[in-house]
Amino acid sequence: MSNPNNNPWSRRHFLQASGALIGAGLAGCASTAQRGVARVVVVGGGYAGATCARYLRMWSDNRIDVTLVERDADFVSCPMSNLVVGGVRRIEDITLSRENLARRHGVRLLRGEVAAIDLDKRQVRLTTDERIAFDRLVVAPGIDFLWDSVPGLSAEMADSTVLHAWKAGPQTTRLHEQIRSMRDGGTVALCIPKAPYRCPPGPYERASTIAHYLKTHKPGSKVLILDANDDIQSKKGLFLKAWADHYPGMIEYRKDHVISSVDPTSKTVRFELGETVRADVLNVIPAQRAGDIARPFINRNGRWVGVNWLSMEAEAAAGVHVLGDATFSAPGMPKSGHMANQHAKVAAAAIINLLGGQPINDQPVVMNTCYSFVTDRSAMHVASVHQYDAGERTFKTVAGSGGLSTTASDREGDIALAWARNIWADVLG
Amino acid sequence: MKTTIAVAAIVTSLCTPSSPYAADPQLGRNLAATCANCHGTDGRSVGGIDSLAGQPKDTLVRKMTEFRNGSRPTTIMHQIAKGYTEQQIDLIAAYFAARQ
Repeated sequence: MSNPNNNPWSRRHFLQASGALIGAGLAGCASTAQRGVARVVVVGGGYAGATCARYLRMWSDNRIDVTLVERDADFVSCPMSNLVVGGVRRIEDITLSRENLARRHGVRLLRGEVAAIDLDKRQVRLTTDERIAFDRLVVAPGIDFLWDSVPGLSAEMADSTVLHAWKAGPQTTRLHEQIRSMRDGGTVALCIPKAPYRCPPGPYERASTIAHYLKTHKPGSKVLILDANDDIQSKKGLFLKAWADHYPGMIEYRKDHVISSVDPTSKTVRFELGETVRADVLNVIPAQRAGDIARPFINRNGRWVGVNWLSMEAEAAAGVHVLGDATFSAPGMPKSGHMANQHAKVAAAAIINLLGGQPINDQPVVMNTCYSFVTDRSAMHVASVHQYDAGERTFKTVAGSGGLSTTASDREGDIALAWARNIWADVLG
Repeated sequence: MKTTIAVAAIVTSLCTPSSPYAADPQLGRNLAATCANCHGTDGRSVGGIDSLAGQPKDTLVRKMTEFRNGSRPTTIMHQIAKGYTEQQIDLIAAYFAARQ
């Protein structure tokens, strides 16, 4: 560890900057008399949280004390998980340890679940009643589901019969097993919620990888996409072309299908327009909101956390930085693992400057690339670059930048897999 | 909370330049970090996509310019390069050139 006397991110400096020691603070701007180290607690070890923990350590020369609280043992990647659903990858291939964060970067890894955040005492309380103090808090919980949006379905039923598999993990494997044990000639129905939801092209990629499996193993079967939206939400032309090229007659797309109720026992879905669909495998992706632990900071549409894009600080709570899918997205900004990783770097840079009493970067940039597989090997991308607009205080996509693949290709499939290896290394150290 | 923010702003203004948001000396680092998802942390790829660390600055600027004007074939970089200003590309290239 570094000499605390030379530590510009000391806890005392932070307290001065936050006004808690106002008297000492005025004299202490260049103080080297330090007491203890600035502490950041990161809740959630996914694409956003793990990246933020790593970069806080790396960019502060390991001078900030970082604790990462995460309830799951391993990192399981949502990107690439549709390859597991389609049976061309195993769950082990997308499951990674967070150990490097501790071993190489000195992040304190704490397996546990946060029960409450106490902003007055500046501490998080775990379900074990352990309390961890912070000077700044990072909350990166991903999404949780609006079960009210699918009457008849509960978290419990969704875990046993009508899976969502929209958080990579045991459900990802189980959805593949359901499809594998389905009769040939059966129907896999995939229900998509109204946007915004995590990973805009993800459901259409899933339809593709399932169709690839069915074409190979159960060619009499079909995929029925029941979309609450009025159109395909991402890469529309590319998906339609891939479906026509690879799976003629196997994938049926129906728009404007808003669920009114689900019967998990008979695997039947009723829709608002009166239609009823019974499937052999029913995969319902419910509507989503910011993950549970971010609920106190939800201030947009009752679902998402509005943030100051310069620091990722929640509009509703000073000193609390909210990242990733839980945020109320800027225009044209997708909820993606790639974007979550980019949020984390904006936050890490800002937190280090704030703890050091420095002005924060006033011109951040974030960008996104998202690859979707349409077969076992062939993929296509969508890309975008987002520059901060000081006038509108939000990120805006740069006119003339970004775009789509001309077509899906095996070459881009290889790049997609290389993207995964590189971003996993960037997230997890 | 609002009081804390106000006090923080005052203290910050006494300690640092007048705006709480200003050109950051770490701007190049921050911009280069947007490339890391594909090209590896600090431009050190773990494989399958080019490493950028240690490449001469002029080479990186030239490649990005060629991506921007469409003269260099690519699957995706022509779309990404157009999202950054020339000054930003210069900072990014300088940052990667300085990595080992």
